[in-house]
Amino acid sequence: MATTTTKTETFVGKRVRRREDPRLITGTATYVEDIQMPGMHYAVILRSPHAAARIRSIKAKQAEAAPGVVCVFTGKDTKGVGVVPCGIAMPDLRVPQHNILATDRVYFVGHPVAVVVARDRYLARDAAELIEVDYDILPAVADPEKALTKGAPAVHPQWPDNIAFTYHQDGGNVDKVFAEADVVVKQRIVSQRLVPMAMETRGVVAEWRGADRQLNLYTSTQIPHLVRTLVAGMLGLEENRTRVIAPEVGGGFGSKLNVYAEEALMGFVSMRIQKPVKWIESRRENFTCTTHGRGHVDYYEIAAKRDGTILGIKLKLIQDVGAYHQLLTPLIPQLSVLMMPGLYNTQNIRADIVGVFTNCVPTDAYRGAGRPEATHGIERMVDILAAELKMDPAQIRLKNFVTKDKFPYATATGLMYDSGDYAAPLKKALDLVGYVKLRQEQADLRKQGKYMGIGISTYGEICAIGPSPATPAGGWESATVKIEPSGKITILTGACPHGQGEETTFAQIAADELGVGLDDILVTRGDTAVVQYGIGTFGSRATAVGGTALYYALQDLKAKIKKFGAMLLESDDVTLVGGQVVCDKTGKAKPLREIAGASYRALKLPPNTEPGLIATRFWEPPNFTFPFGAHIVVTDIDSETGQIKVRRYVAVDDCGNILNPLIVDGQVHGGVAQGLGQALWEQAVYDDNGQLITGELTDYALPRAHLMPWIESHHTCTPSPVNPLGVKGVGEAGTIGCSPAVVNSAVDALSPLGVRHIDMPLTPEKIWKLLAKKN
Amino acid sequence: MIAQKFEYTAPKSLDEALHLLSSGAKPLAGGMSLIPMMKLRLAVPEHLVDLRALKDLNYIREAGGQLHIGATASHYEIESSALLRQKCPLLTETAASIGDVQVRNMGTIGGSVAHADPAADYPAALAALEAKFVLKGAKAERTVSAADFFVDAFSTALQPGEILREVIVPIDDARTGTSYKKMVQPASGFAIVGVAARVRQNAGKVSFVRLGITGLSNHAYRATAAEKALEGKPATPNDIQNAAALVTQGVDANSDLHASADYRRHLAVVHAARAIGTAISRIA
Amino acid sequence: MNINLTINGKSYSQDVEPRLLLIHFLRDVAGLTGTHMGCETSLCGACTVELDGKAIKSCTMFAVQANGAEIVTVEGLANDGKLDPMQEAFWNEHGLQCGFCTPGMIMAAKQIIDRHPSPTEDEIRHGLEGNVCRCTGYQHIVNAVKAAAAGAGK
Repeated sequence: MATTTTKTETFVGKRVRRREDPRLITGTATYVEDIQMPGMHYAVILRSPHAAARIRSIKAKQAEAAPGVVCVFTGKDTKGVGVVPCGIAMPDLRVPQHNILATDRVYFVGHPVAVVVARDRYLARDAAELIEVDYDILPAVADPEKALTKGAPAVHPQWPDNIAFTYHQDGGNVDKVFAEADVVVKQRIVSQRLVPMAMETRGVVAEWRGADRQLNLYTSTQIPHLVRTLVAGMLGLEENRTRVIAPEVGGGFGSKLNVYAEEALMGFVSMRIQKPVKWIESRRENFTCTTHGRGHVDYYEIAAKRDGTILGIKLKLIQDVGAYHQLLTPLIPQLSVLMMPGLYNTQNIRADIVGVFTNCVPTDAYRGAGRPEATHGIERMVDILAAELKMDPAQIRLKNFVTKDKFPYATATGLMYDSGDYAAPLKKALDLVGYVKLRQEQADLRKQGKYMGIGISTYGEICAIGPSPATPAGGWESATVKIEPSGKITILTGACPHGQGEETTFAQIAADELGVGLDDILVTRGDTAVVQYGIGTFGSRATAVGGTALYYALQDLKAKIKKFGAMLLESDDVTLVGGQVVCDKTGKAKPLREIAGASYRALKLPPNTEPGLIATRFWEPPNFTFPFGAHIVVTDIDSETGQIKVRRYVAVDDCGNILNPLIVDGQVHGGVAQGLGQALWEQAVYDDNGQLITGELTDYALPRAHLMPWIESHHTCTPSPVNPLGVKGVGEAGTIGCSPAVVNSAVDALSPLGVRHIDMPLTPEKIWKLLAKKN
Repeated sequence: MIAQKFEYTAPKSLDEALHLLSSGAKPLAGGMSLIPMMKLRLAVPEHLVDLRALKDLNYIREAGGQLHIGATASHYEIESSALLRQKCPLLTETAASIGDVQVRNMGTIGGSVAHADPAADYPAALAALEAKFVLKGAKAERTVSAADFFVDAFSTALQPGEILREVIVPIDDARTGTSYKKMVQPASGFAIVGVAARVRQNAGKVSFVRLGITGLSNHAYRATAAEKALEGKPATPNDIQNAAALVTQGVDANSDLHASADYRRHLAVVHAARAIGTAISRIA
Repeated sequence: MNINLTINGKSYSQDVEPRLLLIHFLRDVAGLTGTHMGCETSLCGACTVELDGKAIKSCTMFAVQANGAEIVTVEGLANDGKLDPMQEAFWNEHGLQCGFCTPGMIMAAKQIIDRHPSPTEDEIRHGLEGNVCRCTGYQHIVNAVKAAAAGAGK
């Protein structure tokens, strides 16, 4: 019989290679598309090719009669299914009825209109072509600023102004400081729509077991428990008989932090045909129907004294909502507002958000979710201010940072920054990059007519999301630790990590707490029938919140282990160390496996103690955590083509304590890649008719290996006081820190031409036009 | 992303292939352009004839003082051909800049040029090389020059029922310097513009120059005005600039999301100057 | 039509529709689900397999075109439970996160060191041009290919 090993080796803080990798590198992991079931059918969804149209009629007879086809459903059939949920409540929120299939009207290209179910996916695809939909095409609007103008087409006829919501936040005395300021700088800054582009598209397998009134739903999601609650509600099912399984999930980046029409639709189909059914999103559908990110037009104003002291910030934020609210759509720009002050010590803030309906796919969370937009805004504005005042961009930041003696620091937006030393990463990054020398080199290159730029971004973020009152669905996380009779350890995390490496980091935490080896531990996630209710992985929260729940569950278990150990050793003075309970006096020890066995055999029990070794904790965080850092980007611009080459990328991130540096580096690299993607290449472009013209990878440019610079990743460490692990979260840091550093670098390079701001992506043509203006 | 039904034949002989093509079948080579279009149902051929099955269409050889490249030679085979590297390095350099490794392993020169994507790489080099295209029909075979082969976007001199059998390019000795410079469309890997240059010098002056341009307009072309402007000149930076400035003369430039017509023209000029400069630097 | 092909050393003889994509043959007929469909337009490389020694994208090839070919998929790399050095290197260097692109990435990476036994960073990055990873920023993948090449040279 396998036994639990005992170890004194510790794992936290070490570059431990990941425990989830063997199945992934051998091609034996199971993603949704890999699931096969007897009698399984395939669904193909027919979608609107128009951004706005009335549906006059849908003729499906021919499709229904096509080879292999079992049935076709349209919006008429699914009227009894609940609407796709919006999880946000706000006073002014207008929530359009979001049916899972269009009924009388379509609102964006890709809007689901009908579903074809066949015994084979090829036949389902063939039959979809045979459905005739008679559309009465209507004018569409895809640009949020155009949508706000008088006379613009109404996305939803009942709201001709296209306003989805408004939100206002005021802190301090903005009018006063703007009136008294020596200088006010203003800038319109666009944070363009992006396609999250998880490598695995969405997919659902639904299996209705009628006799049990049970629905098993396999879906590629970041939040299986929330999907269970909400889809059960949409379908009128009992939540305890709805099982949601997120098998291997091939990336989410926020796009799978949602409840989608197709999840309920496949449940509906399986219930109707009494067979399992599979739907796998095509890449084209992923582009047009899975939520997009960003989509801001921001009007910033910043007021300052002549010495560079920032006095206040104003923001008018136009959020492109798309045609509907998905789960968190209206929340995302509010996160931008919370993050508005950045790392700077100013108490005067005013923000006005207007959410705007457009005939586009909804926006929602995408890596950073509101915080990259805010950081991009404030970090651009600070550079513009520095240029206006002829100050060094590093100096103006150092002058305005919240200093380290001020923590915890209350912001004008209602946050309480937990801990920080904002100057430390900036100073480290300046040293690493050789800032003084680079400025000299830049001066020399300018004399030769060459354009080299140094861009700084110092970012803060809101992580470990978050305290429940500040979240729409609970901000706690859960963990169960079970020590089996053999002493083997199973961890069930409610956080549902999907690539972030918690199968490893959570094992590291448990191994150190219990003094066992990593091989004795299994971390399980993603199945609502196995794992206690949980919230999910997003907002850089899995380790900081889920890891803390695990930590406390381990403390409970350790206490119980010691009780059993004390009983077996017949001593009250015992210590749990190295996977055994040791009697402090005699030095006698009982290994964990023996204690576990005794706890289940239960021949004898310690006083007031139940058999078994299992503990569950739901941990409610008292606050968010606030990681921060400094990124410096050195760029060279080809003065003929306008192409930007990143020469150096230095990232100094402070995410508190680091459990596994290998995994943290990976998170930073990946985050930076997505930030660079936004800064240089990516854009979801809709034309005036609402057609997504970057709707395939032939036109949507992603970061690729040969386009990426080497990322020099470093850290400072300011532990968080919010949780006992001292961790802050790092999943989004790279993305948040990156884009302003890149744009600041390009603007710095072109500043001799009088360039003050460039909107992303920094395409060579945009740069060329700025260069050409000068000539 | 599933193609409509079609019939498929792996022909045993070129004659069999030509017979099927003359009755309406469509040739399939590496499939790098055709298959994605079929999956999107933008192309719906009823019958595909797989030319890769014809092993005797896959060759790279020297004969009669020229280089003969069979239609199904893959980009990788061209890129890694020792013969071509020595005798037509422009073609190996161009092949190496196409798409990515997997696409180069599968895609063929015949498929690429017959597809005639206006943003494809080969056409620039083949225009500069004044390549000849051997087109074979069921009844006859004919040879067409590059200038006549590329007719329009996605349109060539190939007639229904004809296939491109081989491409013939001249041998460039060490006195000829060549270069292909490309502005890459970052999403697709195609050329926003690409310029291929072949240059010879004699007694310090340019004695011969050929410039092929792709991506700028509906089809690749030779920039003869620019060639003329450079011939006989010592190729000072100024000479090169002046010549390069002429590559867009009389050309209707494409415009799309990735580059406006003005920017494309500008890029063509910049890349022409760079290609000429690099080509000259490579003259032995 | 009937096709014969070898996948990971095992022969398959099967009647298929001409339009059946090679990736669907691998996944649905041969049951080898390690090869993933990422973009369907031959731009992401998640579906990369080795066909007669060359890395190709199995989403952009019909199974009938592979008639007579020898194919290796990610499942064919480990030998008797011993990982291929490239798999081992991806594991050691944390060359993956969500893992979806990984099988194709590993197949493309193997082609790099087949052709460049001691690849430069530039050769590695260009060798990965056809493969998209949305998680790693590629840096640890580059490290993995370097490590595998160094290991193979020993």
